[in-house]
Amino acid sequence: MNRATQGSEPIPEFDVLVAGGGNAGLCAALSAAELGARVAVVECAPREFRGGNSRHTRNLRRRSEAYPEGEYFNDLLRVTESETNQELARLAIRGSETSIDWMRARGVHFQPSLRGTLHLDRTNAFFLGGGKALLNAYYAAAERMGVRVFYNAEVLDLDIHSGRFEAARVSWNGAPVEIRAKALVAAAGGFESNREWLEEIWGEPARNFLVRGTPYNQGKVLGLLLEKGVDPIGNPAQCHAVAVDARAPRYDGGIVTRLDCLPLGIVVNQRAERFYDEGEDLWPKRYAIWGRLVAQQPEQIAFSLIDSKALGLFMPSVYPAVRGDSIPELAANLGLPGEGLDTTVRRFNAAVQPGAFDHTTLDQCRTLGLTPEKTHWARALDTPPYFAYPLRPGITFTYLGVKVNQNAEVLTTRGPAANVLAAGEIMAGNILGKGYLAGIGMTIGTVFGRIAGREAAHRAGH
Amino acid sequence: MPDTKADQALGEGARILTICNACRYCEGYCAVFPALERRLSFSAADLNYLANLCHHCGECYYACPYAPPHEFAVNVPKTLAEIRVASYRQYAWPAPVGAWLAPVAFLIGLAIWIVVERARGGPGLPADFYGLIRHGTMAGVFGAISLFVLVAFLAGLVQLWRESGQRFARLLDLSALRRAAWDVFTLKYLEGQGRGCTYPDESHSRTRWWFHQLTFYGFLSCFASTTVAAIYHYVFGWKAPYAYLSAPVVLGTLGGIGLLVGPVGLLWLKQRQDEATRAGQQNRLDIAFIALLFLTSATGLALLAFRATAAMPALLAVHLAIVLALFVTLPYGKFVHSIYRAAALLRYALEQSGEEKTV
Repeated sequence: MNRATQGSEPIPEFDVLVAGGGNAGLCAALSAAELGARVAVVECAPREFRGGNSRHTRNLRRRSEAYPEGEYFNDLLRVTESETNQELARLAIRGSETSIDWMRARGVHFQPSLRGTLHLDRTNAFFLGGGKALLNAYYAAAERMGVRVFYNAEVLDLDIHSGRFEAARVSWNGAPVEIRAKALVAAAGGFESNREWLEEIWGEPARNFLVRGTPYNQGKVLGLLLEKGVDPIGNPAQCHAVAVDARAPRYDGGIVTRLDCLPLGIVVNQRAERFYDEGEDLWPKRYAIWGRLVAQQPEQIAFSLIDSKALGLFMPSVYPAVRGDSIPELAANLGLPGEGLDTTVRRFNAAVQPGAFDHTTLDQCRTLGLTPEKTHWARALDTPPYFAYPLRPGITFTYLGVKVNQNAEVLTTRGPAANVLAAGEIMAGNILGKGYLAGIGMTIGTVFGRIAGREAAHRAGH
Repeated sequence: MPDTKADQALGEGARILTICNACRYCEGYCAVFPALERRLSFSAADLNYLANLCHHCGECYYACPYAPPHEFAVNVPKTLAEIRVASYRQYAWPAPVGAWLAPVAFLIGLAIWIVVERARGGPGLPADFYGLIRHGTMAGVFGAISLFVLVAFLAGLVQLWRESGQRFARLLDLSALRRAAWDVFTLKYLEGQGRGCTYPDESHSRTRWWFHQLTFYGFLSCFASTTVAAIYHYVFGWKAPYAYLSAPVVLGTLGGIGLLVGPVGLLWLKQRQDEATRAGQQNRLDIAFIALLFLTSATGLALLAFRATAAMPALLAVHLAIVLALFVTLPYGKFVHSIYRAAALLRYALEQSGEEKTV
């Protein structure tokens, strides 16, 4: 089959095929099209859900006078514990600053940092309206440039021989088609929505994980590239997960399912026992450990308990708190052992040391004589009514990816592939080997998307 | 009788704004989002306020990761439009009125002018308008209607402000008034930082801003024309019709052109509005209002053009009947949005300045 057709319309050969219609894919498509390349984007979601996890983003971490390269780089070294390709990291950091004007020129607008995110004001640029608005601007720009977008188009297989891409077999609206191109940009994200894959790694508990983003990140393109001999990067058994409201939908709950009240009270598991220091560090820094912590609890569920003193100190959640006028009543409403919870709370209250409470700093309110201790913001749970939120691990992204070089070329044991580039989450593991830094996903996607688009256009003769 | 449709809209509003409050990505678009973020829950009064603050630009719908077909099905413009329409009914004094009022008022108006004209002795070509219809009759009829309209507006405003829980004295807060006036006169929230808004569809356009400004300033210009003419008449004793280059005629003509182009443009855009953000229940008086604005202007300009011909008496009667219908329906149709929107913007300015003082 040389020329695929759907209905009567033949699909022409393109210069550049971009697999994945998120931020990285669109940056690549625009960059290639602006160099004169004929570009196609295959997006496996329908138009309404296009854009992968970029739909749920809201900012990009960028170098600036106020946030110099050295500080940015050190922040990255800290969160990744130096699991980063320093050359690529510096490339991303430098590219982040110049990308702002590039984004503006393609219709992205920015806004002052959102309320409740003041700690990111200096380091991150916020998209007006968030990630979906950014995607809308890019898709509109791509349309003006004549980029062909195939929705409901899932890559089934890639013809790659000796590092040379020839064509992609795609299921487009349920019908198999072949799309040929002179270069491929793989920008199709990780595998965090693929239940089977998750279960292979984490076993049965993975069934109870919630996926915070798109259900379309099945890791198909990632899996195919690894199968065809592309070098992997990043820990295949790690994912970034936070604690989200257990009542969130299984997919796509996004930002509104997060819970910010954990440090303000105690967190217990199904046996009504505490299991970790809720006051270890300021919330933004500790936000990300709770996904794994909850995943390690029985049935992968936990409960964040607060009393009335904590109301108004955290961002409201989308789901109403479970309420009780006494601890036993709260336990009953949560389905927890009443006596057990009562004992846990009484022991906690008895261990709380006096101190001046300040939830915005590492204050001196702590417990003494508990296992585990709560080292900051420890206040007795003594002011009814009491409130609780059920928690589950919410996966944001996976770390496994494909290895790339500074030209976004994917690497094989025989060196860079001839015409296969990668950008975005699928190669983020080169830079973010561990941990997370708010807004760096969009930085990597934008900078490497632009590089990949440019390189792909070059390989197609533009 | 419980208004179930209105209650449904309020319930839906509270549901989706709770999601917005946990998300906040749209904060930079307009006043609605910073205003809702000051609240933890959404009462009917809160929702009426936010609904009247919303300019229905559509931005937040297209930017929303939770918009349908997402299971959260967040659709802020549509839901707030439904609440807004219901709030117009709630505030209407002495009671909400259906679209039938427009043609009925027109016919009554026509009847008045014809009867008056007959009583004056029938056809002929009088030297001036008042040879046809006595100035006293015209001023009396319109004076009474204007008084009624004014009372109805005030009654609506009082209800809205009382519901807001704000003190009435705050309506006169000068710095907040200045801010709100700026937002009204620049039509800030349809201007979208220069790129316009996503209306009637997903692409950005300033078209609606232009058509609305033409309508708004056209209306103000016509109002100014009438005011100047009244001053000429009562203060200086100068009788209409006035010269083509006189202030009332120039103001009226410019305003009339604005009121021809603006409403037609708005109506045209409305027909092309994205189904997704369109309110389920549309007030037909909204369309009647836009149509009456256009007809007022069209017959007014026709009167100007043919005022020296035999068509003048009939044109005058029709024009005055349309103006009468426009006036009578003002408190029950789209026009009230100018009062409630301005009041909501004023309240927003008050909340803003309150926040600045506490920070």
